[in-house]
Amino acid sequence: MMNQLKIAKKDARLYMSFMYVTFAALLVGGLMGLLQTLARSGKFTLPFGINYYTILTVHGVILGLVLTTFFIIGFQFALMGKTVGISDKQRKTGWWSFWLMLAGTVMAAITILVGQANVLYTFYAPLRAHPAFYIGLALVIVGSWVAVFTNFHQLYVWKKANKGQKSPLLAFMVVINMAMWFIASLGVAASVLIQFIPWSLGYAETINVLLSRTLFWYFGHPLVYFWLLPAYMAWYAIIPKIIGGKLFSDSLARMSFILLLMFSIPVGFHHQLTEPGIDPTWKFIQVVLTFMVVIPTLMTAFSIFATFETTGRRKGHKGLFGWFKHLPWKDVRFLAPFIGMVAFIPGGAGGIVNASHQMNSLIHNTIWVTGHFHLTVATTVILTYFGIAYWLVPHLTGRRLTPRLNKLGIIQAIIWTVGMTIMSTAMHIQGLLGGPRRSNFSTYAGGDQVQTWIGYQAAQAIGGTILFIGIVLMIYIFIQLAFFAPRGVEEFPIAEEEVDADPTPKVLENWYLWIGITIALILFAYTIPVFDILKHSPPGSVPFDWPIGRP
Amino acid sequence: MHLHKFEKIWLIFGMGSLALFLVIIGFAAFWKGTHPQSHIEIIDPENVEAHDSFKPENLGLREVAEGKYIVNIVASAFNYDFGTDADGKPVKKIRVPKGSTVLFQITTKDVVHGFQVAGTNVNMMVEPGHVSRLETEMKNVGEFTVVCNEYCGIGHHQMFATVEVYE
Repeated sequence: MMNQLKIAKKDARLYMSFMYVTFAALLVGGLMGLLQTLARSGKFTLPFGINYYTILTVHGVILGLVLTTFFIIGFQFALMGKTVGISDKQRKTGWWSFWLMLAGTVMAAITILVGQANVLYTFYAPLRAHPAFYIGLALVIVGSWVAVFTNFHQLYVWKKANKGQKSPLLAFMVVINMAMWFIASLGVAASVLIQFIPWSLGYAETINVLLSRTLFWYFGHPLVYFWLLPAYMAWYAIIPKIIGGKLFSDSLARMSFILLLMFSIPVGFHHQLTEPGIDPTWKFIQVVLTFMVVIPTLMTAFSIFATFETTGRRKGHKGLFGWFKHLPWKDVRFLAPFIGMVAFIPGGAGGIVNASHQMNSLIHNTIWVTGHFHLTVATTVILTYFGIAYWLVPHLTGRRLTPRLNKLGIIQAIIWTVGMTIMSTAMHIQGLLGGPRRSNFSTYAGGDQVQTWIGYQAAQAIGGTILFIGIVLMIYIFIQLAFFAPRGVEEFPIAEEEVDADPTPKVLENWYLWIGITIALILFAYTIPVFDILKHSPPGSVPFDWPIGRP
Repeated sequence: MHLHKFEKIWLIFGMGSLALFLVIIGFAAFWKGTHPQSHIEIIDPENVEAHDSFKPENLGLREVAEGKYIVNIVASAFNYDFGTDADGKPVKKIRVPKGSTVLFQITTKDVVHGFQVAGTNVNMMVEPGHVSRLETEMKNVGEFTVVCNEYCGIGHHQMFATVEVYE
């Protein structure tokens, strides 16, 4: 990692293409989010007869799948290019992945916008969307796989050229994240290719609903770790450099990524705790496995704050918290991710509640869950992504993050924090009171209980409006950084190891071992229950078009 | 791999808490029997009437013993069928006395639904081909709104009912 490679213009163009889609998605998806909170306040009706569930589907798909996947793949390509390099051939396959994903996105987006796919983001068989929706999503996933194998190949080529050396930390992390993504997305790909597409085209009469849900959630939880790991990459290996410190521990960082790989996939049943068709013992086993994911997160928390303290003390800041006071609060590249880290404390704690075997029934499908992932994904992850964009975009475009843009970025981070605090707190409370998620405004015949929810929905609209202002500001900053900021050189910050750091154990790079354990855990957690689901399966479900407004 | 002393303490504390949480959850689940509902009972979604509990005449609230009730419900987009009252009108509200034990049994004729008695622990997924069942004691007096909390189509937010617990 000592020798950073230079990013050539033609490579930068590839990485930036992913960023353009990311920020376009932010604007569109954010606007849908704003409209949702307004509609749900009960004070505003959607114009042009637009259906609430159409914008809900757009919001979920475009932010949960498109924004995240494009940002992650673009960022990871840049990390690979910077640490192990990219060849002409690899750049070409990189472009393939971009165009495949974009084609799929456009296809799915059009299908949703014309009202042919009001099935939200998790499909909900036996509701049947237009086949173009499923085919579009399949293309997004296939496109991402092209990126997966390009990244694998990049590290492989580097390893062959640098025999016996340990891989650059960030390249190692990218490969872990892509390995996880590939293994996990096999589930949703199987469901879409084998179940949904033939069924939506009319080649299969019925669909096994429980199996489709199980395959979806096999993918659906690791998906959130796929979003989180790039943020961890920045926390471990980039933030230390921004604050003027060194990597805390190369081995610890690798260890925690390996643990996340192993424990992120065999946990999907905790999304299905209140479903009737799965044996409770297997649900419990996956709850235990879910809790294991907390361990690498605790390791991450320790190592990041240890870096903060070590760096501060080395700079001579004394006292118990002197180092804390002197962190670079006025540097948005630090501040935005830092707020994200803080939001992860309540976010993670809420996650433990969600995953708990019986406690889940109190909050399952209430808007508490929405509050939870707006803390974790929409704050922790997204603010870290913004923190990355503040240096990555100017680095790629040959411009500078000026003091004025830095200041705007700080204002942006604060607006985001205020908006999200209001919105997410209101969602958590309303959820505890029983308010459902994924629902349009309704007074449910005016019971007293429902009255207690509506005030919180108004608070969500206020929070949502503030957040949208933050989104518009972010788009402005992005456009400035991409096209108008003064020419110059912006650093690609990668932290270095301490000179006297302990050598990293070789076993941490034994891919056969870690991927083998991961697969063994998945087989343990899923083989018997899936066999059960197939053995005890009810007659399949015929498709339903009319409930989602299809003729 | 070298671990810092403070990190060892931090991890032992963290993992210890997780272990404690899991022991509590496991104790409640396996000794007290408070598993989330899972009955693995299947049914033909196109012919739910074949099941005794979901014959039209058996839908709705029924007292089976002193203070013990069964409620049979068939969900469909976008309605909970609690049967009909004496005038032949669909029932939208059921009433039980405080402290009674109520067994909710529900299935769906078409798509996936949710069944949550807001403000209580009654919260189930209702999936085609399966019977969802949950027994609970109604300890608190009040009117509780039953909401469909799993997306079932564009009329999803109009799907509801009421459970009243009286003194």
